[in-house]
Amino acid sequence: MNLNTALRNQHRIYRVAALPVAAVLAFVLQTPGGLTWQEAVLIGFALAAAGELISLPAWYSCRIAPIDRAPLWRLLATHVVAAQLLSLLWVGLGKLIAHAVSFFPSMHGVEARFSERIAIVYGAGCVFYLLAVSFQYVSLAQETSHELEARAMQTGIQARDAELKALKAQINPHFLFNSLNSISALTSIDPSRARDMCVLLGDFLRLTLGLGEKTVVHFSEELDLLQKYLAIEKVRFGARLEMREEIQEESKSCLLPPLLLQPLVENAVKHGIAGLPEGGHVRLSAERQNGRLAIVVENSWDPDAPPRRSGGMGLKNVQQRLEARYGKDASLRVNTEGELFQVSLSLPAESEEKA
Amino acid sequence: MSSSLEKRWKAIIVDDEELARHVIREFLQSHAEIEIAAECANGMEAVKAVAEHGPNLIFLDVQMPKLTGFDVLELIGTDVPVIFVTAYDQYAMRAFDVHAVDYLLKPIGKDRFDAAVERAKTRLGEKMPAAADLAAAARPPQQFLERLVVKDGTKVTLIPVGKLDYAEAQDDYVALATQGKKHLKQQTIAGLEASLDPANFVRIHRSYIVNLERVVRIEPYAKDSRIAILSDGARLPVSKSGYARLKALIDERK
Repeated sequence: MNLNTALRNQHRIYRVAALPVAAVLAFVLQTPGGLTWQEAVLIGFALAAAGELISLPAWYSCRIAPIDRAPLWRLLATHVVAAQLLSLLWVGLGKLIAHAVSFFPSMHGVEARFSERIAIVYGAGCVFYLLAVSFQYVSLAQETSHELEARAMQTGIQARDAELKALKAQINPHFLFNSLNSISALTSIDPSRARDMCVLLGDFLRLTLGLGEKTVVHFSEELDLLQKYLAIEKVRFGARLEMREEIQEESKSCLLPPLLLQPLVENAVKHGIAGLPEGGHVRLSAERQNGRLAIVVENSWDPDAPPRRSGGMGLKNVQQRLEARYGKDASLRVNTEGELFQVSLSLPAESEEKA
Repeated sequence: MSSSLEKRWKAIIVDDEELARHVIREFLQSHAEIEIAAECANGMEAVKAVAEHGPNLIFLDVQMPKLTGFDVLELIGTDVPVIFVTAYDQYAMRAFDVHAVDYLLKPIGKDRFDAAVERAKTRLGEKMPAAADLAAAARPPQQFLERLVVKDGTKVTLIPVGKLDYAEAQDDYVALATQGKKHLKQQTIAGLEASLDPANFVRIHRSYIVNLERVVRIEPYAKDSRIAILSDGARLPVSKSGYARLKALIDERK
């Protein structure tokens, strides 16, 4: 919060507080033997209006003596001295006003009567100042906690960004080496397939690097990458890998973070198909409906296989990225029913016009 | 030519990927003295083929469905030279280096392949390091066994560690008790203890490891000794030091 807005807020709060302060002052001043109601109200209101002079310095004094860091003696010294000075100023001001209004015939002698009440006004000034101080400390504490919250959020976002970068940079070495080994085998069996595989692998790497640099991509682009990936794995696994696709045309123009689905499809092959001697299928479906984009990645798997070495890092990462981008507006559900492992994503269907 | 008569080496290729097997098959063509006795697409087939053909050399992929290369090695014993084949596994590679086991990295180069075959020939008769040690060294740090593999004749049983009730030392073997049955496995009880998660399994006696989940109660038996009673009614002796370990673990869990 900068000084200007702080002062503006102070001013607003003070305007609200001025009326009760004026009322209290008027009541105190008119007590029997004191001022008349008329005089008390007039001076009370004038002093209350000037009261901002007391509360504003509290803004400053609280900052030079922060309650959580300054030693107790300094806190006391600062506020006691400030309270005395400001109350004196206030009383002086009251006297001046009393002197001014005493020229009205009906208020003759008000100066003397006000003088009798100086102690009370002085005390009220001190109380007034202390109230302003406590208010200041409360709002300062709030400010600090807001700042901390904002900073924590910022660090969270930065951490996730870093994670994403690492994710993008990481092309699974296992996949790469196995693909190269497949190419090596194909060079003597079927040179033209070996060449196709080189092209596929080249395309896949280029797409991965290219998509990784964007913040958001069309689903069609991500789909292209997934298809290349599966085509490469199909060469490796042969008949063991069956691919199924149910992609609704309208879903292709949706926007989503890049490489969001790639880890899911990679998991489907690595932890699903690769663990089954007879293989199985990987099914990819996408549908845009009622402003939502629903994506399902499903694969056959062996429920008895030992848990993943990575402990589900891939899934966790996808979840974090969804959260970072969509908050509570997106969901990831894992369903392991019998011999199917299914990950369902639901996110807001964003497209170019809206984004 | 006499080369066909000189096929005095029998090799088995184990890899779940056809293309990967093809590379090895092709490279072996220039080694006239080696005959390919069998090609296996998974660990179960491999265990069977080894029993059937009695090979002198095995090319063994590490990452395979159901049974990994390490599991296979554990089941076939360690008399046959094995050349491991892997794409990329930092822990496996480190384990191979530590135990001086030969391995090939995918994609496999012909020169490197030939060198490995030559070395395997000169090493015939040398024992491989114990499979359990190798597998333990290849596990990422802080990870424990998730399942045990046992062979009864040609039948292979996989026991998830969660289903292991207790293990009992019997000479050179351990008897693994699970769901009312016992399976014998050639391993020391100390070796088994080291590969099980100490948060769930505790050595309660010189000869016994128990799954903490199964312990129902502990009763005094004699001076300094107790008896652990498991949920299936089994009664296992608990030594004094075993009781201390058991108690520490239970306190930790509270």
